[in-house]
Amino acid sequence: MSGPLLELSGITKRFPGVVANDGVTFSVGAREIHALLGENGAGKSTLVKMIYGVLRPDTGEMRLAGAGYAPHKPSDARDRGIGMVFQHFSLFEGLTVADNIALGLSPKLAKRGLKERIGEVSAAYGLRLDPDRYVGTLSVGERQRVEIVRCLLQGPKLLIMDEPTSVLTPQEIEVLFATLRRLVSEGCSILYISHKLEEIRSLCHKATILRGGKVVGSCDPARETARGLAEMMLGTALAPPVREAVAPGPVRLAIRGLSLASAEPFGVDLADVDLEVRGGEIVGIAGVAGNGQIELMEALIGERLAARADAVSIDGEAVGATGPVGRRALGMCFVPEERLGHAAVPEMALWENAVLTGEARLGLARRGLIDGARSRAFAERVVAEFGVRTAGVEHAARSLSGGNLQKFVVGREVLQGPAVLVASQPTWGVDAGAAAAIHKALLALARAGAAILVISQDLDELFAICGRIAVIADGQLSPARPVAELTVEAIGLGMGGAHQGSDGTGSAHA
Amino acid sequence: MLKLEPRREPSALMFYVTPFLAIALTLAAGLLLFRILGKPPVAAMQLIFIEPLRSLRGVSELLVKATPLILIACGLALGFRANVWNIGAEGQFAAGALSGGAVALAVYPATGWWLLPLMSLAGIAGGAAWAAIPALLRTRYNTSEILVSLMLAYVAVLLLGSLVHGALRDPDGMNFPESRLFQTALPVMIPGTRAHVGFLVALAVAGAAWLLLERHMAGFQIKVLGQAPRAARFGGFSEKRLIWACFLVSGGAAGLAGLFEAAGPVGQLVPALPAGYGFTAIIVAFLGRLHPAGIVLAGLLMALTYIGGETAQISMSLPSATTSVFQGMFLFFLLATDVLVAYRPRWIATRPARAGRPLQPPAKVEA
Amino acid sequence: MELLANILISAMIAATPLVLAATGELVAERSGVLNLGVEGMMIIGAIAGFAALLASGSVLVGLLAAMLGGALMAFLFGVLTLTFRANQVASGLALTMFGLGLSALWGQGYSGRSAPPFPRLSIPGLSDLPILGRLVFGQDGLVYLSLALVAAVAYVLARTRAGLVLRAVGENHHAAHAIGYSVVGVRYLAVMFGGAMAGLGGAYLSLVQTPLWVERMTAGRGWIALALVVFAAWRPWRALLGAYLFGLITILQLHSQALGLEVDAQLLSMVPYLATIVVLVLISRDSARARLAAPACLGKSFHASS
Repeated sequence: MSGPLLELSGITKRFPGVVANDGVTFSVGAREIHALLGENGAGKSTLVKMIYGVLRPDTGEMRLAGAGYAPHKPSDARDRGIGMVFQHFSLFEGLTVADNIALGLSPKLAKRGLKERIGEVSAAYGLRLDPDRYVGTLSVGERQRVEIVRCLLQGPKLLIMDEPTSVLTPQEIEVLFATLRRLVSEGCSILYISHKLEEIRSLCHKATILRGGKVVGSCDPARETARGLAEMMLGTALAPPVREAVAPGPVRLAIRGLSLASAEPFGVDLADVDLEVRGGEIVGIAGVAGNGQIELMEALIGERLAARADAVSIDGEAVGATGPVGRRALGMCFVPEERLGHAAVPEMALWENAVLTGEARLGLARRGLIDGARSRAFAERVVAEFGVRTAGVEHAARSLSGGNLQKFVVGREVLQGPAVLVASQPTWGVDAGAAAAIHKALLALARAGAAILVISQDLDELFAICGRIAVIADGQLSPARPVAELTVEAIGLGMGGAHQGSDGTGSAHA
Repeated sequence: MLKLEPRREPSALMFYVTPFLAIALTLAAGLLLFRILGKPPVAAMQLIFIEPLRSLRGVSELLVKATPLILIACGLALGFRANVWNIGAEGQFAAGALSGGAVALAVYPATGWWLLPLMSLAGIAGGAAWAAIPALLRTRYNTSEILVSLMLAYVAVLLLGSLVHGALRDPDGMNFPESRLFQTALPVMIPGTRAHVGFLVALAVAGAAWLLLERHMAGFQIKVLGQAPRAARFGGFSEKRLIWACFLVSGGAAGLAGLFEAAGPVGQLVPALPAGYGFTAIIVAFLGRLHPAGIVLAGLLMALTYIGGETAQISMSLPSATTSVFQGMFLFFLLATDVLVAYRPRWIATRPARAGRPLQPPAKVEA
Repeated sequence: MELLANILISAMIAATPLVLAATGELVAERSGVLNLGVEGMMIIGAIAGFAALLASGSVLVGLLAAMLGGALMAFLFGVLTLTFRANQVASGLALTMFGLGLSALWGQGYSGRSAPPFPRLSIPGLSDLPILGRLVFGQDGLVYLSLALVAAVAYVLARTRAGLVLRAVGENHHAAHAIGYSVVGVRYLAVMFGGAMAGLGGAYLSLVQTPLWVERMTAGRGWIALALVVFAAWRPWRALLGAYLFGLITILQLHSQALGLEVDAQLLSMVPYLATIVVLVLISRDSARARLAAPACLGKSFHASS
């Protein structure tokens, strides 16, 4: 076959108040790994959902292998040989691997003998899977294997991968890339969505860059520098945050022997976590999602209490048995991972969301009656100092974009002048401008003497702002080591550590 | 086809417009219903919704019926805001009437200025105690408070029936299943009618509920818990404490309403005392937008359907169930029109203008 | 022995409406929809079946009308919660109130009239066997139908693709949507099936058990059926077991009066409601296990995000 496999021309998709894709035109060749590169919110996910038939374009045409292509539903896409590995939301924790795979296949393919075929395909590609296990018990990397095997069983001509590496250790990423290269050698094409530049440079043959829903360029990524790609993606040159060495002060946050059983059916138990964070330093916790980060955050916020009071202490004061309000009063502030529904109440106004955590420290209520004027004034200060784009503090948290809401949440905590700040995934799903602003604010807070703990899956972020980094794997935390002594590979080995024991394939990856 | 587009923010306008839209739709459906039943629609509607307002008796009865509805609904609204579903107010109503009434019967024939306050306190305590059971089971064992509070409503009504057949029966009452007449009664507001001061208490309770919900930290915590339970944990608000508070307050309010009914218009304990107020109050709470001011208006409207239903029953031989059909329809239409608060309806042509273009997605529901 | 047989047979009769309604609701809940309007759908089924039977003289027409009535009520609920995304708890309550009112209005002319006796299975020889004969071979057709229903639902849920899709939708509606299943479509079907079964359960009351039309004759059975689904941990056979246990409790309560136990009738009538509470507490005490068994999306509205 000579022509391109998939051609898109003039694809436009509007949502209320936003044009997600605006006249997008590009094509994916046969046996090509084609990168779709763009920031969060550039329109990548919307575009691939249209290719996979989850959404339908408002205008524009698609052609597949030269013939017209207008999928109405994902099974149309699958019937035409397109498979997709989703970033979120496509597996069922309460069902087995085999059931999960059957659900993503046409009824004909899902017939008897499925388990045997799962075995064959997973053996052929080195993607070991037990078809009878419940997906809820699998690690994130294993879950991705389920999705990949599900696609491979259909013998796809085009495989779409949406941010596949954001949940993997560096070692797992290498295994994934090997699988993808092998698929291409067997005649498959791959549409690879990412915002990670180094991966795209090493893996992809061609890249199309999206910005604000429009195609702003295409290139051979191997011939570009990461910096050049970043500038195409962002439209501007970006200065990395400046991290100055600060002489560390006294220990402000101490975690000693913290153990906690998870409250969730498929959760991870924390085992004997030890960590100290001094004033003026930012310590990072790296790790693949689902290794105890959620549980650690709950234990630090005080949503769940530790068995011993001295498991967590702030400035020497034991708070392990104290709830969130008491911890805040002592100077501990938090930025949880989920913005909507955890850090903020979606339907409530920004000023009410300021009361949510500000009341304990700033006394925004008197004798139980909320002081509306002071609460609004505080919210307005957050909006002004953190450049939150909103029409006013009377507007609901839900009406803000992800980046703006995150700036509000971080600002709300930072402006309370905390002694200790714990932030989980502070820049997850946030555009580059907002991420830079958040990093700047964290560095400034540390310079002012606060102890900061950042839990993140983004190693680039941790290396950019942290002085020391620890790794969490299967509920256990490694000792924190200075970044100067660390490499991405070393951290990656720590991140994968726990899985080697759990399914026995980890050593094959390394 | 009609497509629902999520609004970026809930529409404040629609929030206030939809209850009136629901009322209009209910009236329209009512006209249709009467047509089907072969009754003159306009005359029947007039009988139900206008006639009671034309006499002092009608208006005073309106206040009598609205009193328990407003009292109970204010309490329930707190819980519903917190996603705590006490739907057994009927039982707490009966328990309150029973415990408050028992106090009067226990000290009979002694009476004095102290008796009514004492009965009221006992009524509040009885309702709260009955509501404490689902609260305890929910917070201790994670048992569905919906089912427990509802089952307890059946139990309380049976208990009331059993006691007025037995222990609390009027010794001079020729074996009728009813207690003796209380030695005291709620003061009447309008001479010559049954409208009693309980209505003023209900208004005061609505005022207090407003202050709590709109200005107080406790109300704030309730709203956060209802809208985003994880955010409530993040804020450090104890879910268990809030569940307890919602049940005790709503149970106490329902208990007080029951005592008012017994010590007011009825004057004694009878098996039929809980006449469905506890269930109708659920509709009142929603129709009033879970907001105390709205609840006062909705309580009056629902009371009107009660009295109008009775009028229609007598002069047009419509069944008494007409009232509950109207009440059910009110809630239905309100819930249906509520979609307009969070979503904007848009009419979109099903067929694309030009052939060959991809089809429009269907309603967002499936898209 | 005769008494025992009588008790068991009456227990099965008392349990059958619960079996039907609970199995239907179980299917709806497995798809992720909590429909608290079972009571309202049952009572509409009771009056629809009764009215249709008297009008047509045919039991079959009566039963079909009851299923249709229940399914229409469930459709209303679906419009509210699935299309308009109204709160499921409030909508279920509305459905119950509306159903109770509408059935009373509709049934006004039917009070006091009785239905012809419902045919029972009779196999010469077998049905005349002592005890076992009437218990196994002498029941009415709906008892056998309810057993077949449980078996069919259990099979479909566990062994067929349709059941897998239903469970998937209840487990994670976003994922089901992403791989191309119509979440709302599946839920409409499941909810309407639940409505039809609740309607059938209601018709069992008005056509078989009494057989009369009495206002509010469901007397909370719809709510007990809801509790049974929780008790059953969303498994059909356990729902059947629970319903039969319940039937037994109800009948023992009735028979204790016949046996001359001096207990107030009204106090005895509390027993089923109190038993429901006790069972609910026992089952929900282990919260982690209860949460694992419940469909993860139960009660949550679905709106496809971009």
